[in-house]
Amino acid sequence: MKKELRLMKGNEAIAEAAIRAGCDGYFGYPITPQSEVLEYLMAEKPHERTGMVVLQAESEVASINMVYGGAACGKKVMTSSSSPGISLMQEGLSYIAGAELPCLVVNVVRGGPGLGTIQPSQSDYFQAVKGGGHGDYKLIVLAPSSVQEMYDFVGLAFELAFKYRNPAMILSDGAIGQMMEKVELDDPRPRWTDEEIVRISPWATTGKPAGRERNIITSLELDPAKQEKLNLKLQEKYRKLEKEEQRFEKFFCDDAEYAFMAFGTSSRICLKAIQLARAKGIRVGMLRPITLYPFPVDAVKEMAGKVRGILVVEMNAGQMIEDVRMIVEGKVKVEHYGRFGGIIPSPEEVELALEQIIIGG
Amino acid sequence: MTEEIIIAGFGGQGVLSMGKILAYSGIMQDQEVSWMPSYGPEMRGGTANVTVILSDERISSPILTSYDTAIILNQQSMDKFEPTVKPGGLLLYDPNGILRHPERKDINIYRINANQEAVRIGLTKIFNMIVLGGFLSIKPLVKFENVILGLKKSLPDRYHHLIPDNEKAIRRGFEIVEPVNVLNR
Repeated sequence: MKKELRLMKGNEAIAEAAIRAGCDGYFGYPITPQSEVLEYLMAEKPHERTGMVVLQAESEVASINMVYGGAACGKKVMTSSSSPGISLMQEGLSYIAGAELPCLVVNVVRGGPGLGTIQPSQSDYFQAVKGGGHGDYKLIVLAPSSVQEMYDFVGLAFELAFKYRNPAMILSDGAIGQMMEKVELDDPRPRWTDEEIVRISPWATTGKPAGRERNIITSLELDPAKQEKLNLKLQEKYRKLEKEEQRFEKFFCDDAEYAFMAFGTSSRICLKAIQLARAKGIRVGMLRPITLYPFPVDAVKEMAGKVRGILVVEMNAGQMIEDVRMIVEGKVKVEHYGRFGGIIPSPEEVELALEQIIIGG
Repeated sequence: MTEEIIIAGFGGQGVLSMGKILAYSGIMQDQEVSWMPSYGPEMRGGTANVTVILSDERISSPILTSYDTAIILNQQSMDKFEPTVKPGGLLLYDPNGILRHPERKDINIYRINANQEAVRIGLTKIFNMIVLGGFLSIKPLVKFENVILGLKKSLPDRYHHLIPDNEKAIRRGFEIVEPVNVLNR
């Protein structure tokens, strides 16, 4: 049967996807440009559709700690916010990562620093992929570039989060949050029953039966030897993620002499810039990371061996480029082109930047 | 086929909803679509615009600086977007409130007195559908039946009784659009 098609905003797609993914709870606090997530959920009354709880918390700090509590019980829980709100959540995220709990946090990024602007930006890359909060931890970070992917990545994020017992983040931006595109909806999955939760997440605090020890969820361990062991276990998990979960998409790479690297909205602009450049006879392709953590290291290495130069295009002052340069190790020229403060670069200026910075530079 | 469209005017003229209905109509005939509004501070200043792309292929950038079609409903938008129409492209405008009319010779220019007509036929709230009708008569990108399906999809159920009026407004737009500068093909 043909699937249902809808014209949706990215933020609405996140919300509908959550309901259909069998999410148990959403806890959030409004902030532009992602308020439609909470608005859509409130209007849809998912407690009537699936029993999902939707709650406007008193702050972002409260939201993330409600997520912490829900996740500890093995529930599929999430929150969403935009940059300043995500900054407020960092302590909670570090605790959740330390306690090895699955959850989803959506960041619809706006320009910073500080209150910044409500316009789109990608300036939270470092915060998302390098930890953000304190301690040696990683989030699984997915970067959608379309409204369909906003929808699809909710399910994927929960899947990965539970597979690795690790918080996952969808790193989007105001443009993808606010724009509407065609979305193919899949059939709703029911929420997990209590029995399923016990089976899927035997570590969860679901009430102690007679047959097993207590399940304890904490990020605190004062014995350094034990704490180091916990850290080593986390690192082992991150290495497994890095080995098994790198995701990316390639465009026009077969004959490419040059390459763009861009994620999210920037990758859409680069795709148009590729058309403009190819019309002029410039053979340029693109590598778009889908997982920002784990970063698609192998694909970058492979591409670096084939092209003469890489232009990293980001709506920030140069963040992902640090990872690209570390992987490329100077073997090929890697430069940055960025706009920030809420400015979205035009395809024409990106194409020109390729000519000036990479080809002519 | 890829058509890149900017629709621009005042907030309240139905610029965003016209774009939404157009985009939904595209979905109804299996096209790829994107709808990217201006949001934030400039909306509060009174102007609103939306970039709509209809395509048979995967859509690249949802944000553009030049367009195949500009649908312009106020002077500020005329000043801003007349220069952004691609040579050979289309500019459709409502002359109501326009002091400086478009002057380019390298684009197709059409005029539609939609505001006036909407008052005359008593459908002021769906003035935007008259404009949409005018656009579709020049560039029939989406089939009329798909526009009606698109309307049904984009309007909440409680407004479905207004669909016949919308249909009437679109058909009226077909009739009253006038050429100003038409390039030889």
